[in-house]
Amino acid sequence: MTGFLTLLYKELLRFWKVGFQTVFAPVVSTLLYLMIFSHVLEDHVQAYPGVPYTVFLAPGLVMMAMLQNAFANSSSSLIQSKVSGNLVFILLSPLSYTDIFLAYVLASVIRGLAVGLGVYGVTVAFFDIPVHSPLWILAFALMGSAFLGSLGIIAGIWAEKFDQLAAFQNFVILPLTFLSGVFYTIKSLPAFWQGLSHLNPFFYMIDGFRYGFFKASDVSPFLSLGIVAAAFLAVSWLTLRMLRSGYKIRH
Amino acid sequence: MTIAIEVRQLRKHFGSVRALGGIDLDIRKGEFFALLGPNGAGKTTLINIIAGLALADSGSVRVMGYDVRSDYREARRTLGVVPQELVFDPFFTVRETLTIQSGYYGLKNNAGWIEEIIHNLDLDDKADANMRSLSGGMKRRVLVAQALVHKPPVIVLDEPTAGVDVELRQGLWRFIKQLNGNGHTIVLTTHYLDEAEALCSRVAMLKQGNIVALDSIKNLTNTLSGCMVRLRLTPDILPAPLQPLADNHEDGCHFLALEDYAQLENVLAALRAARTQVVEMQVLQPDLEEVFMKIMNTNQALEPPATAR
Repeated sequence: MTGFLTLLYKELLRFWKVGFQTVFAPVVSTLLYLMIFSHVLEDHVQAYPGVPYTVFLAPGLVMMAMLQNAFANSSSSLIQSKVSGNLVFILLSPLSYTDIFLAYVLASVIRGLAVGLGVYGVTVAFFDIPVHSPLWILAFALMGSAFLGSLGIIAGIWAEKFDQLAAFQNFVILPLTFLSGVFYTIKSLPAFWQGLSHLNPFFYMIDGFRYGFFKASDVSPFLSLGIVAAAFLAVSWLTLRMLRSGYKIRH
Repeated sequence: MTIAIEVRQLRKHFGSVRALGGIDLDIRKGEFFALLGPNGAGKTTLINIIAGLALADSGSVRVMGYDVRSDYREARRTLGVVPQELVFDPFFTVRETLTIQSGYYGLKNNAGWIEEIIHNLDLDDKADANMRSLSGGMKRRVLVAQALVHKPPVIVLDEPTAGVDVELRQGLWRFIKQLNGNGHTIVLTTHYLDEAEALCSRVAMLKQGNIVALDSIKNLTNTLSGCMVRLRLTPDILPAPLQPLADNHEDGCHFLALEDYAQLENVLAALRAARTQVVEMQVLQPDLEEVFMKIMNTNQALEPPATAR
């Protein structure tokens, strides 16, 4: 237990020491999205009846910021450790692969929540955002961050160079988040794109998370949570397999 | 149980390159042991497999009786490894680095011992400095400290003195000798054969992934029969009968290669007959470096008994 807690502490200390960049910066950039998109689209789009666009947009942006930062935390920590070689200190230690998995995922979740709370905190200062069910909000926040934290471990282990990780981020994570319905409800899409969106696990995270605020969603939150949980389990299984076999880290 | 590290039929390939070709090796508890060999001989690969940083294709390794694959947690608890590369985590200070490393081994409240190693390795002034700001030698000391946070009975050092200044090198060896005196088993790789000769009780020489020699320094140097004689003569001319023995002539000294000590008498007789006066004379023992060069340049030793079977 001490080993796991130490690795968790190290991971938290790592991003906290550069908190300006890892927590404050994403809060600012998310608020920029909110300001610009609401300015441009406020009068043109109404996602749910009676919900102003800015208010509709806010929870999606909170979730997007959480997901992106959860991914960034584990993936960048691992790639930095790999490239600079200090991953050896973890590999030499008796930490089990489940210890390593849990510590990295939990640190990612905590970074995700810290950024999410930051964005949310500033947003509610300016806009009146309803909260229908904190439990749904929390469930999707935790599950979504954990999913991305685990995906970040896979990306961090797989990538051998920073540009490979950037490719993973730009060609997998970014399209999946942007096309998940953060900025629109997928009901506004043509049938084909709607169908495609249903294959995107990020869509269910955003949709379920938003349900917690508006009690309105494109699909049932139970279905969303089930799909997100299944996606998390699948990715975790793969991550644990990679860690256990030493894929790309124990040669 | 008297064996600290037990290596059995260890094989490892990287693609088509054979890194280890069936190594068998027992390192006893309390030994000061060196792995020698040219670059690419497989020393680091062997150490990495012992440490769990690399996985063998076949064969087994036990550290203090624990298999490094099936009992990896126990095996790693008994092992402290100083890696060859100067790696560090730029986010932390020296003390944070050591506290975190200690925590990985499940140790709480280890501050007393951490302070002791900080002090022993002369890191007191730098304890709260960020790792980034440390010089290469200081980073090397932190690496040694990190390997010791959990008081491992077996300590492995991969080229600990490569690129290290004389003062640190001596300080480091003094500290490691002290650890060995306290009962720790020490395994190191080095390119400095004089260091190995001065410190180690036994050495293994690796060549192309095989052990080509494994013995005490004394036995190894004894295998080279004969000796070298350095002579300063007046007049500075080597008598004709001694010419076939001549090995070298530098700084006004003649070096003669003798097959055994008995030959010394003939040399002196030849000098007397030629009325040559001996101004200075020194008999040189073969050292580890000579043994090393001889073994590395012999081809018969390529296949060790284990693989020849």
